[in-house]
Amino acid sequence: MRPADLVHFASTALVRHRLRSLLSLLGVAIGVAAVVMLTALGEGARRYVTGQFASLGSNLVILIPGKNETTGSFPGVGGVPNDLTLEDARALERGMRQLSALAPVLIGNETVAHRERRRQVVVLGSTHELLRIRGLSMASGRFLPPGDIARGGQVIVLGAKVEDELFPNQNAIGRVVRIGDWRMRVIGVLEARGTQVGLNMDDLVLVPVATGMRMFNRTSLFRILLKTTTYSDVDGTCPRAVAILTERHDEEDVTCITQESIVSSLSSILTVLTLALGGVAAISLSVAGIGIMNLMLVSVSERTAEVGLLKAVGAGNPQILAVFLVEAILLATGGGLLGLLFGWAAVRALVMTFPAFPASAPLWATAAAFGLSVLIGAIFGVLPARRAARLDPVAALAGR
Amino acid sequence: MIKLERVYRTYMMGGQPLHALNDVSETIEAGDYVAVMGPSGSGKSTLLNIMGCLDRPSSGSYRLEGQDVGALSDAELSQIRRHKLGFVFQTFHLVPRLSAAENVAFPMVFAGVPRAERLERVGVALEAVGLRQRAEHRPSELSGGECQRVAIARATVMRPRVLLADEPTGNLDSVAGRQVMEVIEHMNAEGLTLVVVTHDPAIASRAERVVVMADGRIERRVTGADLANRAPAIVVPEAAR
Repeated sequence: MRPADLVHFASTALVRHRLRSLLSLLGVAIGVAAVVMLTALGEGARRYVTGQFASLGSNLVILIPGKNETTGSFPGVGGVPNDLTLEDARALERGMRQLSALAPVLIGNETVAHRERRRQVVVLGSTHELLRIRGLSMASGRFLPPGDIARGGQVIVLGAKVEDELFPNQNAIGRVVRIGDWRMRVIGVLEARGTQVGLNMDDLVLVPVATGMRMFNRTSLFRILLKTTTYSDVDGTCPRAVAILTERHDEEDVTCITQESIVSSLSSILTVLTLALGGVAAISLSVAGIGIMNLMLVSVSERTAEVGLLKAVGAGNPQILAVFLVEAILLATGGGLLGLLFGWAAVRALVMTFPAFPASAPLWATAAAFGLSVLIGAIFGVLPARRAARLDPVAALAGR
Repeated sequence: MIKLERVYRTYMMGGQPLHALNDVSETIEAGDYVAVMGPSGSGKSTLLNIMGCLDRPSSGSYRLEGQDVGALSDAELSQIRRHKLGFVFQTFHLVPRLSAAENVAFPMVFAGVPRAERLERVGVALEAVGLRQRAEHRPSELSGGECQRVAIARATVMRPRVLLADEPTGNLDSVAGRQVMEVIEHMNAEGLTLVVVTHDPAIASRAERVVVMADGRIERRVTGADLANRAPAIVVPEAAR
C-alpha cells in the first residue's frame, strides 16, 4: 500500500465524522497552544530579567562584605567580620590598573522633604563614577561631583519621580531639601528610566558616599562596584580585588561576583522555569491523546464490518494497523498544526499588548510540542489500531 | 481448484463441541459453477468462510490450487484472499463514504497497484457490470442491485480464480437478483470458478451442481436441472423458509 493512498484513505474516514474529528483535534490544539504560550511566557521572563542585568554591562564586578562560597546565592548573608570601607575602595583604585570605573555604594532609607512635602525614599550614597557604571543620564543639572571619594558634600541628585513629587512644575536645581537632619542642595535630576535590577531608579536620591556614611552612621559600605575596561579583563578582576582586600584585612572576608555569573545563573533558573511550564502544558497534551484514543476506539467498533471487508479483500494485519494508526496520527498532526497557529497568535497578541515583555516561544519548545503531539497520536492510536487488526475476519464481516 | 477432505469446523458452546462442519469433503474444479444450499445453521456459510480462507478448518485438509491452506500463516492467507479469491456478500459491504469507483479500487489500493492502472482497471470492472456511468455515485445513491454489481466489480477487479458469493440476491428483489446472477454467470462462462451460497432453490437451480447441506454435513449432491424439476422432494421443508 502506497503512503499517499494510506493517508488519503485515512483522511476519508476522518472527514466523514467532521465534528468529532474536529473536537479531538481541538484537544490536541489546545495542548500544543498551551505549551507554546507558557514556554513563551517563561522565555519572556528569562529575557526580561537577563536583559535587565545586561543593561548594566557585562564587564561589571561586585564586591560585597562577608565571605560567601557560592556565587548566585543571596549575597551578604552571614557574618560580616570586617567592614568594607572607603579606604578599601581607595586601595582598590590605586592597586588595580585596568579599571575603567569604581564606585562604592551605600544604601539607606530616609525621609526627604521640601517645605511641607515629604517622601520616604531610598538613599544611595556613591560617587561620580556610578553615573558611568549604572549607565545613568541626567535630565538636568549634573551628577555627584568627581574627586576624592572620601570627600563628602551636602549635595543631592534626585530621581525623576522624587523631583516630580517634591517640586511639581518647578525647577529643583539649586533648591535645598532636607534628609533627616541634613540640608542638601539639589545639583541634578536623573532622567526617568524605571526599574533597573529591582531598584526603581526614579524613586531614589543620590548623595556623596562619605556624606551618606555619616548620615546613616555607618562604618561599612554596602558594596563596591567595579567596571573593567574590556570584557576580557573581567576574569582576572575578582582574584586581584580579593587579594588586595585580603592583604588589608588579614583574612579573606569579601565576596566578589561578576555580573556575568549572576546573569547566567538567573538565566538557567528561568530556563528551568520555562521547562517546568512546558511540562505542565504537556500534561494537557496527554489528556488530548486519551481523547484521540477514545475517538479511535469508537471508530473501530463502528467500522467493524469495514475491517472485515479489509480482511476479505486481502489487506494484511499490518496494513489494517497502519490505516487506523495513520488516522490517529493525522488527527494529532492536524491538532498540532492548529495548536501552533493558536499559540503563535496568542504570543503575538501578548507582545502587542505588552511590548516591554519580550515573550517568545523558544524554538525547542515549539518543535517539542509539535513532535510530542504527533508522537501522542501514534502512542494512543496503537491500541485501537491493534484492536482493529486483530479482529476475526468472519466475526468482523458479521459486524460482531 | 478447491479440494476439501474430511473437514471439520468445531466450536465450543457451553463446554459442548458444536460441529458447524462435520466431515465435509468436496472437490470443485476450475470453471465450475456450484451452489451450496441448506437452511440457516446448516453450515453453508461456514463452508464458504473456509473456502474463502477467512476461517480455518478444525481438522481435515483444504487444498486451493494444490496448496495446503491450513498450513499457511495469517499473512499468507491474506495474500491468497487478495490474489485468488473474490467475495460477494448479502449486505454488499460497500464503504459508504467512498464512491462506486473508489469501492471497486479498494482491493487494488491495499495491493499497491499504481493509481493510473487502478483507474483503468476500475473502468473495465465497472463496464463489466454495466455501471460505468454510475462510477462517481456513493452507495447511498445506488439501488440495491447496483450496489451488488459494484460489489461484484470490486470482487473481480483483482482477477481472482474463484468468486465466492454468500446469498448474493438475499437483499434484492427478483428482477435485480436475476440481473446480478446473470452478471456473475457471465463471468463464470468466461472461466471464473463460481460458488454461490443460497437458501433459495430458484437461485441454486441455476448452477451446474448443487450441494445440499444440513447439520454441518453434505446431505446430497444434485444437478441444477434436477433441482429445478423436483425441488420439493430435494429441499427439506424448513429449507424453504
